Amino acid sequence: MLSHVRKGDVLLVRLTGELDQCSASGIRRDLDALLDDPRVRHLVLDLAGMPFMDSSGLGVILGRYRELRQRGGTVSLMRLSPQVKRIYDLSGMARIIPVIEKKEDE
Amino acid sequence: MMKIVNHMRLAFDALPENESFARVAVSAFTVPMSPTMDVLSDIRTAVSEAVTNAIVHAYGESGGTILLTAALREDAVLQLEIADQGCGIADVEQAMQPFFTTQPEKERSGMGFAVMQSFMDSVEVSSAPGKGTAVRMEKRIRPMGN
Repeated sequence: MLSHVRKGDVLLVRLTGELDQCSASGIRRDLDALLDDPRVRHLVLDLAGMPFMDSSGLGVILGRYRELRQRGGTVSLMRLSPQVKRIYDLSGMARIIPVIEKKEDE
Repeated sequence: MMKIVNHMRLAFDALPENESFARVAVSAFTVPMSPTMDVLSDIRTAVSEAVTNAIVHAYGESGGTILLTAALREDAVLQLEIADQGCGIADVEQAMQPFFTTQPEKERSGMGFAVMQSFMDSVEVSSAPGKGTAVRMEKRIRPMGN
């Protein structure tokens, strides 16, 4: 499940539910449909509503990063649950896909 | 040998919708040992990775059965085995390298075994081509003496 809002070239997507191999294909498809909008260059994923992610989720995030990098854009994450933060830290992906520490309404 | 105080065996189809089922089943089995949320979350993640490997890599399109066995030891250690009768792994050492994947085009991260190794206390993989794979993992639920 996801909802989104676009401001200029920044697309903020809120993901909810669990992200595993089972849900990955649907989330990937929905994100790609949103990224078809050529105005979007930067993707921010708000993961506050996502208590669980496994390495399939890392693959989904990395895939969107590769797409946006081709158009000079970026991907960043915010509001990770403790479990998601743990697997994300392990992956080392924060070097290329940073975690924004500020709150959603800032 | 430490005494086993509880034991379960589950056999289920290698379908993506059963990843969540496997996570929930192992969580529920472990809860009577009063794990912390962090420990439970580590176990759920490792189960998800092992079951995903069986679905995606061992069986692929052909499908099959995944056998999950879990045991709680009296010293508060969870023992898990997730086994399949799929294609097997030719080079286990290579498969366990972080970021190694046979399916980069499908956006696999190649982090499955690295996650299992990081989140569990021990991970042991037995596999041979054509003979399936068994992943055995252990996780201490509570510190020694508690």
